[in-house]
Amino acid sequence: MTVMSNITTTPAIEVRGLRKSFGPTEVLKGIDLTAHEGEVISILGSSGSGKSTMLRCINMLETPDAGDISVAGEKIALKHDAKGRGQIVDRRQVQRIRSELGMVFQSFNLWSHKTVIENIVEAPIHVQKRPKAEAIAEAEALLEKVGIADKRNHYPAHLSGGQQQRAAIARALAMRPKVILFDEPTSALDPELVGEVLRVMRSLADEGRTMLVVTHEMGFARDVSSRVIFLHQGAIEEQGSPQEMFTNAQSERFRKFISG
Amino acid sequence: MDFAFLYETFVTLVSAIPTTLQLAATSVALGTVLALGLALCRLSGIAPLDWFARAYIFIFRGTPLLVQIFLIYYGLSQFREVRRSMFWFILRDPYWCAVIALMLCTAAYSAEIIRGGLLSVPHGQVEAGRASGMSRFMVFRRIVMPLAIRQSLPAYSNEIISMVKATSLASIITIMEITGVAAKLISETYRAIEVFIVAGAIYLAINFLLIRIVALIEYRLSPHLRQAPVLPPVAAGETR
Repeated sequence: MTVMSNITTTPAIEVRGLRKSFGPTEVLKGIDLTAHEGEVISILGSSGSGKSTMLRCINMLETPDAGDISVAGEKIALKHDAKGRGQIVDRRQVQRIRSELGMVFQSFNLWSHKTVIENIVEAPIHVQKRPKAEAIAEAEALLEKVGIADKRNHYPAHLSGGQQQRAAIARALAMRPKVILFDEPTSALDPELVGEVLRVMRSLADEGRTMLVVTHEMGFARDVSSRVIFLHQGAIEEQGSPQEMFTNAQSERFRKFISG
Repeated sequence: MDFAFLYETFVTLVSAIPTTLQLAATSVALGTVLALGLALCRLSGIAPLDWFARAYIFIFRGTPLLVQIFLIYYGLSQFREVRRSMFWFILRDPYWCAVIALMLCTAAYSAEIIRGGLLSVPHGQVEAGRASGMSRFMVFRRIVMPLAIRQSLPAYSNEIISMVKATSLASIITIMEITGVAAKLISETYRAIEVFIVAGAIYLAINFLLIRIVALIEYRLSPHLRQAPVLPPVAAGETR
């Protein structure tokens, strides 16, 4: 994507001056981030660097203390209480914006009392109010796509971790999201199951979907993403294209980080 | 053994079963609603509501049900204000006094059962609901409540069974449920053993049925907790 086209389109996600503290600990110290349509951004950093918190602030699973977040040009309204903590102004706005973002969790978080297909059609039918038959047909196509069509009527507990995560990706896709947020999607998987999830994510990137991926998978960051962001102690230490970052990073810390 | 007498007793006591079941069902149903409210108060994070629910549960679990029944039936009628109030038509009726006492008592126990069920719901599944744009109420209705009910059912069946047995206390305030009718029979025949054995057997039969019904409901609601219908295929590289 060229610089010119960046200017002419509204960013899918825009984060300005994002700050967040948990008690006395400042986890995010002013983050700026712009994700354009079709970008795949890998967010790297050691544990405690704030990368998951940053992702969770975008769909307001954590409420920022300061800063602005816009999704497809729409700014999420926030106010601040007496202690300076952020609060959501309009719950409905946040619910609507969440329904336009997909989220994939480290621990899958499939609803354990619903079958795979029920998990996938839940939000399209009950949140987005789409016709049931249409939602089911689309869910079946998505299951086919992530390669677990035969697990349609299984409960999450009966699937392997990799299958559960692929079902969770299908659940996120079923919302027809503008952006998909991945919060360490392969970190809870046995090593031999990581590949099947990464393959699905790679195919989504190839389709031109907009993705923000918090990950420890260096291969994915290097080969699939269009931009790599390195977070250190709640601030962006360095960012750039994977080629720049993996061959010629300025940050000593990042070079150490990728060399393990 | 005087089988003819046992049979006669049985027939007499069976006619009191509807009263017992009605007492138990009404108080459990109303008590469950109250219990849900109390459990939500406990979990609300709002200090006054939390303390109200804690105090309620402490008092009603810590005092004998019989004392509670006496207080409501005999105690309240001492106050002229109560006798003149709009609630007197309920509070003068021993049946409703029994229902109220049983309901208030079972709510205290059930509130803790429901609270435990609500707390058992994994936070990640709640977050997944919020992240997909559900309102708080929708998350509660479609994710939290179904999971909490499945978790609470085994403990809840205990509570239902103890309520069925607790209805026997209502006989003390003149209600002719199974135990009340049994006591009357004894005062007429002086054959305590036979009558109480039949009464006990009837309670046993009712509770046996209840246990089976709850177990069936539990089974129907928990397919996700059972073994998969077919064994999941072995993933690549995995050895068994």
